[in-house]
Amino acid sequence: MFKTIIISAFGAGLVVAAALSAVQAFTTEPLIFHAETFESAEPATAEAVPHEHATSEPHAHDATPAAATDAAAHEHDSDEWGPADGFERSAYTFLANLLMGVGVSAVLLGLMSVRGGAINARTGVLWGVAGFFAAALLPSLGLTPELPGTPAGALEARQVWWLGTAAASAIGIALIVFSQSWLLKAAGLVIGVMPHVIGAPVPPSLEAAYPAVLAAEFATASLVVSALLWAGSGVAAGWLYQRLSRTA
Amino acid sequence: MIRSAPTSISAGSTQASAQARLVPALFAIAFGLFLFIGTGFAAPSLIHNATHDTRHSLGLPCH
Repeated sequence: MFKTIIISAFGAGLVVAAALSAVQAFTTEPLIFHAETFESAEPATAEAVPHEHATSEPHAHDATPAAATDAAAHEHDSDEWGPADGFERSAYTFLANLLMGVGVSAVLLGLMSVRGGAINARTGVLWGVAGFFAAALLPSLGLTPELPGTPAGALEARQVWWLGTAAASAIGIALIVFSQSWLLKAAGLVIGVMPHVIGAPVPPSLEAAYPAVLAAEFATASLVVSALLWAGSGVAAGWLYQRLSRTA
Repeated sequence: MIRSAPTSISAGSTQASAQARLVPALFAIAFGLFLFIGTGFAAPSLIHNATHDTRHSLGLPCH
């Protein structure tokens, strides 16, 4: 069974990574590149503004040569290795998408196996949507998906809050959905709300170098990408698992 | 990420088959969490730089 889960997870991860990379290319990536033109250095901002006016589509790939020609300047440590802009950067993003897709698919299939019952595309998508709520939508309430150059609290504190919120949301959703007793369902609600009562680490300032609308567009684009990762992994992994365990 | 309550094991299955199902399932969850956290949260700057755009686009804390 472990083998079937892992093979299904890799197959689903591959499909999801391809879909994510395709969607990111038109949604989050242009916004990230655009934000980086403001981050790279002060002089770059002056260059970036006319670029924006020159093109009818502000997020077109052409809007970013200022950042691209800046070599690795957008990375905070220019002496550290980072993928070069262009194919190499997209390839690493695809690889990271693949690892995320395989990981999410393995978690979803593992949880569905623990729970018992049918595993197929239909149940997979339900688990995937629940995963999206737990590990994207609810954490985003405290830590809005951020563009490069967004002022934010200490990284470790935010990572701890994010992981804690995802875990608490998952436990809360599981209690609300699976528990028979109303007391436990209420406890699930309290556990799910708790991280937001505690509160996410607060950013030191609300000022960013990039235009505000860019951040708004990115927040929604990011949630769409997350929804695709979780729901897509659920559908693809559930479908593959059902097929593979039937033939095995 | 979701930790199912132990009550979730269906009442119909025997103890042995429930255990046979549980062990590989828990390994799969651990494997998946390892990949998710390794890709989305690992601190080394090489990993951070390689996964940068994926972390941002999934709304994970990055910088």
